[in-house]
Amino acid sequence: MKFFLEVWRQKNAQSQGGLVRYEVVGISPEMSILETLDVLNEQLLEKGEEPIAFDSDCREGICGMCSLVINGYPHGPEKASTSCELRMRHFQDGQTIIIEPFRAKAFPIVRDLVVDRSAFDRVVAAGGFVSVNTGNAPDANCILVPKDVADKAMDAAACIGCGACVAACPNAAAMLFVAAKISHLALMPQGAPERDARVINMRAQMDKEGFGHCANEYACEAACPKEIKVSNIAKLNREFLRAVVCSDK
Amino acid sequence: MTLDSKIPAGPIQEKWDRHRFDLKLVNPANKRKFEILIVGTGLAGASAAASLAELGYNVKVFCLQDSPRRAHSIAAQGGINAAKNYPNDGDSIWRLFYDTVKGGDFRAREANVYRLAQISSHIIDHSAALGVPFAREYGGTLANRSFGGAQVSRTFYARGQTGQQLLLGAYSALMRQVGKGSVQMFPRREMMDLIVSQGAARGIVCRNLVTGEMESYSGDAVLLCTGGYGNVFYLSTNAASCNVGATWRAHKKGAYFANPCFTQIHPTCVPVSGSHQSKLTLMSESLRNDGRVWVPKNPQDKRSPEQIPEEDRDYYLERRYPSFGNLVPRDVASRAAKAMIDEGRGVGPTGLSVYLDFSDAIKRAGESAIREKYGNLFDMYHHITDENPYRVPMRIYPAVHYTMGGLWVDYNLMTTIPGLFCLGEANFSDHGANRLGASALMQGLADGYFVIPYTLGGYLAQAKLPKLSSSAPEFKEAENLASEKIKKLLSIKGKKTASDYHKHLGKLMWDYCGMARNAKGLKNLLSQIPEMREEFWKNLALTGSGEELNQALEKAGRVADYLEFAELLAKDALHREESCGGHFREEYQTPDGEAKRDDEKFSYAAAWEFKGVGREPALHKEPLSFESVHLAQRNYQ
Ligand SMILES: Cc1cc2nc3c(=O)[nH]c(=O)nc-3n(C[C@H](O)[C@H](O)[C@H](O)COP(=O)(O)OP(=O)(O)OC[C@H]3O[C@@H](n4cnc5c(N)ncnc54)[C@H](O)[C@@H]3O)c2cc1C
Ligand code: SF4
Ligand code: FES
Repeated sequence: MKFFLEVWRQKNAQSQGGLVRYEVVGISPEMSILETLDVLNEQLLEKGEEPIAFDSDCREGICGMCSLVINGYPHGPEKASTSCELRMRHFQDGQTIIIEPFRAKAFPIVRDLVVDRSAFDRVVAAGGFVSVNTGNAPDANCILVPKDVADKAMDAAACIGCGACVAACPNAAAMLFVAAKISHLALMPQGAPERDARVINMRAQMDKEGFGHCANEYACEAACPKEIKVSNIAKLNREFLRAVVCSDK
Repeated sequence: MTLDSKIPAGPIQEKWDRHRFDLKLVNPANKRKFEILIVGTGLAGASAAASLAELGYNVKVFCLQDSPRRAHSIAAQGGINAAKNYPNDGDSIWRLFYDTVKGGDFRAREANVYRLAQISSHIIDHSAALGVPFAREYGGTLANRSFGGAQVSRTFYARGQTGQQLLLGAYSALMRQVGKGSVQMFPRREMMDLIVSQGAARGIVCRNLVTGEMESYSGDAVLLCTGGYGNVFYLSTNAASCNVGATWRAHKKGAYFANPCFTQIHPTCVPVSGSHQSKLTLMSESLRNDGRVWVPKNPQDKRSPEQIPEEDRDYYLERRYPSFGNLVPRDVASRAAKAMIDEGRGVGPTGLSVYLDFSDAIKRAGESAIREKYGNLFDMYHHITDENPYRVPMRIYPAVHYTMGGLWVDYNLMTTIPGLFCLGEANFSDHGANRLGASALMQGLADGYFVIPYTLGGYLAQAKLPKLSSSAPEFKEAENLASEKIKKLLSIKGKKTASDYHKHLGKLMWDYCGMARNAKGLKNLLSQIPEMREEFWKNLALTGSGEELNQALEKAGRVADYLEFAELLAKDALHREESCGGHFREEYQTPDGEAKRDDEKFSYAAAWEFKGVGREPALHKEPLSFESVHLAQRNYQ
């Protein structure tokens, strides 16, 4: 197969960027879009040109490192797929594919398609944990977790922290990401003691990082490769209300 | 230097308790005076960082990715072992210990393995306390599944994302400490060198991958938690950034490298499809609980799988190993698959795969039960192959997956360089010549949560460490050396890319040092590696500069390390004239094709000392004695 790739090139955070058009040939349908970029990069290197910088690591949809906007969709048009899982059989031979970085104020561009998502880490550091030191734990079966609750918590915990939800949102809100963590820990009994502080602190940090506000667009859910549901956002809002209104602290 | 494994005296059940009592303690108020550098944020690094910071140490943590949560541990699928015996099916610390020593084909250190089995239960307790959403039974208790090499159900799991959930647990504990200011996190850093001053590890030099700047950090101890070197084979189930760089640089500074030839080939991976493939994807071993492995009886049988009737199928694992069946250890299952393919009975377009069939399980338990257990793995398979495994059998083939070899460490997890510790997959310690499924997660977290907090204190309490600033000449010198190497790579301006070399090296390694090895092939390999290395330094194609984000440069540096390291791996494989676990030498096998150990000659861990690139390394032997588990030929029949 043959493709035309229009790729966002930008030397560094300070410089201006723009789309550059490339042609790649010899692509087979079972290759991923990242492997297609690999092939292009090899060609560029052999010609003495600078290859395209993009993030990836596991290449199987779990590490959350890959972060491409493909033809306008974060992680591409396929449902429930990361960029690295997107195979070329979903495109037509000879098609033009536009590849851009995740765009959001809180995710500054580092180079080409690479962005800085450390804001997510800071939001987690603000409260996305259970405060238990190593050595303190009781026997795991002392705390029973009903199966349906554990399953629901796992649905939310499946978030890979990729940031596609932010990139998809017209307001670049981080609600789905934050809601996934809040839901996971609010559902588990282990998360109960810090429930109020967690939601207040994580939300505050989220605002501080420059993420926008949720306007119920649901674009996040559509883009999420792990099918995290917007119902988690409702849960986040309930948790927040509960913490500020009902809490006696 | 003689190898002192520092195994505590006394009966095996009491060694760890006694040792913890004998280790000197660091006064709580003094802990904050110590600066600990931790490289790597996988299960081992993240759990160590969180636990040490909780104790009061000052911790600095480094990783390659943009976030500590993305370490390769995130990809582990199937589960984590622990000797809880919740199912009441006969498990015990002793049985987990026994299974691991036997599974490792009697090439691991008994005392370490026993400690691992003892600690295993605490890992589950702590992870559950951190909020890890383990799979549960209807009554709310934890669920278990079976894994290869064991006849009990001791594997805990979180769907097919156990590594992700355990790592996110450790990551959350780490981020809590970052929020408190007791850990400083340095993402997008690559360790370029280790600083050894007055005989002790005292710091590291890193490259800031965004700016390209060299940065020096001094400390009182360095912990390498940098994972395995499976990518020396190019195609593996490892993430792209997995590398041998950090441990190799430490090796060059005096840390011995043990058993590099003990590499694991995992039997159930999605088969290779084309030459541009960048990685192989694992299909978790847990699938062998419900999937049945088979090939057609007749090599000429080209019918599609559903048209091949029961009597024309060969469920070869069940046939050859009736008592363990589809759940034999990985090395055994991989070699059996290779044997089928060598007989011409492989399936699929390339003939390089075997079937893993779920139709019986789906008939028995229903599609929804199978979806619940393995849904994400089935989806992953579907994404890659465009085939629906609920309808047609999966096709699988063995692939490089894990490396049992690593830096030699003593019972305290300290390498041969005082103050340099090595945790997780990066060390050689607990799995001998073959790791059992669901035991790497256990080991990484055991090392980080429950071993290093004690043994590091023991070292610091007695070490006399003069002040050393990161502006000391040792650091400047190392920074300059690292910068010069980068300049050299950039100045070659040749024709072949680092990936070209990597692919070529990987193919040689797979062909001559993969599932089966022999002296002739290994010698051939050993004559080719130095030539390739030489060519690499003359003909590498690389662009850009060292003062910016330059991923091709990063890759070139890692391939340069592999081109040195591969030679040591092959030498180790050649010297070990026996078959054991993942190391299968064709010259040494039983009449029915099983691995034949030579306990008389090779019951030792081979720890290699660096003597210069291309020079003969020096071999040091740590004799292994088996007092609690009796040496026997492994038998899974
Ligand atoms: C696909 C897959 C599935 C698996 N499933 C299971 C399973 O079900 N059960 C099980 O027990 N085991 C499993 N394993 C094995 C297990 O996941 C690994 O052995 C284990 O997670 C390794 O953890 P670690 O902490 O030692 O290293 P990693 O998680 O590999 O972490 C390495 C860290 O070191 C950093 N690093 C590396 N080099 C440098 C450098 N030069 N400078 C700075 N930082 C560096 C990286 O950034 C990273 O943070 C699986 C492995 C794979 C590949
Ligand atoms: S919620 Fe979905 S899209 Fe957002 S970070 Fe998590 S996995 Fe990615
Ligand atoms: S590279 Fe890991 S999710 Fe895509």
